[in-house]
Amino acid sequence: MMTEETAILETTGTETEKVYDRPRLLLDTTMHYCPGCSHGTVHKLVAEAIDELGAEDRAIGITPVGCAAFLYNYIDIDWIQASHGRAPAVATAAKRLCPDKLVFTYQGDGDLAAIGTAEAIHAANRGDNIAIIFINNAIYGMTGGQMAPTTLLGMKTATTPMGRDAALNGYPFKVADMLTLLDGVTYVTRQSVNTPANVRRAKKAIKKAFENSIQNRGFSFVEIVATCNSGWKLSPVAANRWMEENMHATYPLGDLKDLSAQAAATEK
Amino acid sequence: MKEEIIIAGFGGQGVLSMGKILAYSGVMQGQEVSWIPSYGPEMRGGTANVTVILSDRKISSPVLQEFDTGIVLNQQSLDKFEDSIKAGGTLLYDPNGITHPPHRTDLDIYTIDAAVEAARSGNAKVFNMFVLGAFLRIKPLVTIENVIEGLRHSLPERAHKMIPANEAALRRGMELVRKSEQHG
Amino acid sequence: MEDIKLMKGNEVLAHAAVRCGVDGYFGYPITPQSEVLETLSELRPWKTTGMVVLQAESEVASINMVYGGASVGKRVMTSTSSPGLSLMCEGLSYLAGAELPCVVIDVSRGGPGLGTIQASQADYFQVVKGGGHGDYRMPVLAPNSVQEMNDFVDLAFELAFKYLNPVVILADGVIGQMMEKVRLSPQKPRRTEAQIREECPWAALGKGSGPMQRKERNIVTSCYIDPETMERHNHKLQEKYDRMERDEVRVEEMETADAEYILVAYGASSRICAKVVEDARAEGLRVGLIRPITLFPFPAATIRRAAEHAKGFLSVELSMGQMIEDVRMAIGNAAMPVRHFGRTGGIIHSPREVYDALKQLMTETGGLQ
Repeated sequence: MMTEETAILETTGTETEKVYDRPRLLLDTTMHYCPGCSHGTVHKLVAEAIDELGAEDRAIGITPVGCAAFLYNYIDIDWIQASHGRAPAVATAAKRLCPDKLVFTYQGDGDLAAIGTAEAIHAANRGDNIAIIFINNAIYGMTGGQMAPTTLLGMKTATTPMGRDAALNGYPFKVADMLTLLDGVTYVTRQSVNTPANVRRAKKAIKKAFENSIQNRGFSFVEIVATCNSGWKLSPVAANRWMEENMHATYPLGDLKDLSAQAAATEK
Repeated sequence: MKEEIIIAGFGGQGVLSMGKILAYSGVMQGQEVSWIPSYGPEMRGGTANVTVILSDRKISSPVLQEFDTGIVLNQQSLDKFEDSIKAGGTLLYDPNGITHPPHRTDLDIYTIDAAVEAARSGNAKVFNMFVLGAFLRIKPLVTIENVIEGLRHSLPERAHKMIPANEAALRRGMELVRKSEQHG
Repeated sequence: MEDIKLMKGNEVLAHAAVRCGVDGYFGYPITPQSEVLETLSELRPWKTTGMVVLQAESEVASINMVYGGASVGKRVMTSTSSPGLSLMCEGLSYLAGAELPCVVIDVSRGGPGLGTIQASQADYFQVVKGGGHGDYRMPVLAPNSVQEMNDFVDLAFELAFKYLNPVVILADGVIGQMMEKVRLSPQKPRRTEAQIREECPWAALGKGSGPMQRKERNIVTSCYIDPETMERHNHKLQEKYDRMERDEVRVEEMETADAEYILVAYGASSRICAKVVEDARAEGLRVGLIRPITLFPFPAATIRRAAEHAKGFLSVELSMGQMIEDVRMAIGNAAMPVRHFGRTGGIIHSPREVYDALKQLMTETGGLQ
């Protein structure tokens, strides 16, 4: 990890200007993620977004079961560890009991789109003022690379060794698309952190979702199409390329629904 | 004083609410009370029954197998509960629709033509108040004033305008009750 | 005149929740306790005390909403009936593991499976012995009157926050559906955020600002990956359960001083057994009743004491016999006759049936000539 001492310095003439620093809320803890995993980047964006919104005092994050279970070791805010799939129900109660807080969950594709589908959909449909960060890497990383609901057709996993077969396992689960149909949902977007430009877009999306929660503008959902190079058995660079060529085709990036401005306009 | 009462009839005859009004009257009278219905699928149009206990001492079991008084409003309930009344106890029933009258000879048996009177009065809703009036004439466990107080507490505010009609039905029930001469 | 109401046990639970300053109720309708959510929805406490009342999409969601509410230090509760409690068991394990205070009410009905909507006491094993995974215990209160349905809500919260543990009120369809007189508790205010931060410094409420600011982040979790840390946590929890066993036993005795035969019963069955004791005493039989009010911690010492001069025990439950195992363990003497009597299927045993079973026990063990 980078530290204060090793911050990047850019020389402009005789003066030096610091243009990048470790996010203040990102703790100096060695992350347990595999090299090349998207989680680290998204964690950084979450930490930056909270800091930039000045929401450290009111931020309550709900962690999932899965690779991101130990997210609470990395970002310096209050955390609640939920049971597998139930983070949206936990968030619903926390937010309704503390309407002035920023309440968000951070969930993977198994947690949110398999075991916790009911909780995610009902929180969305109630229009709970929470944000969900959904990491979709199309595989179960923590348990060793089994099929996820979002696994692509033909994709090989530990439980689809011949590739995902629609006749047997159904189709890649398009959660974000589905959520757009619900009236309680304010903001649905699909992002990725494969390029610097996309990282910037993803951060903007996370910030908007968090702001929606703080301002009680309804339910926000930020899907991050992510890599799992260990699960995919690819090098980090190859994993990025494979994601761009395959994942982005099934899960195209961009906003799917955004009523944030309308919700803001009705305030006061 | 302790009176253990079973009230039974068709769902929709106001069995449970009559029990509730009686229990609330007991509360107004400063008595200990319990009210326990049978519930479940039979709530949907079948038979309904409720056990009400009024006592001046703490009530142990709200669930009983025998009763001081049975108030029965249809044949099924008569068949089911007649034998559950203690010897020397009281049976009050509405003869309307009764084809097999009571067989017990060791009970004080009374009748109340509540269904007929309700039809005559054009207010079917006070049917159970005729019956309650009849019971309170036989066993004046609570004053009519406390029944009215009980009604005030158990009915929602919007139904309070019905209280005078209920009171009239109670008093009418007191007049209509007859000791059965069946067993001479 | 004192404010005495006539109410169903289930309705009283709702009133008691509002009055003891509960912040949130999360529940899913299930017979025979749906009146709790219905009564709360009618009372609309969100307009008065600011209490949140939410119908969840399932019991799984309900208990996890309770987990979320408890994690931010709020007084939160749910209520359900047996099949719903089965769904909540995972959540209860997490709540116990994370040391979160909350109140869960089970107005039990008959099983197994979809079973019956009628009253039963067949959830004893599930509630008292765990239900969820892992080493954990929960204080279990068993009300036997509508008044206790009121009083135990407040008591349950007191215990929950004292021990930072879920507390269960194990009622049954009889107590939930019957009406009796009740004196409702006076209205308590809900705690402010400052009070919660003071009383629950562990709550994940956000770090706070100004004078309420906390430097360290709070993490609510039941996850301990390091074996030594996990074991330390288990010992810490066990120490808490030991303290409950030492300090929180609640029991009611009726005519046990000279009793030769002891009925042991909780909830609705204890009311029925009280009448059996009255009837037996009227016939000159030395019969007493021990009524556990807390099922965990179980009043083992009281039972052991009574066993010193007793000739036999009859454990009376609306089940095929569950609590009887704790009665036997408390007595610890294999020679002592300990029998079970109980109806199931939603049939409530009558006082006479219990009396008959008792007399049979007495006849067979030389207590009745």
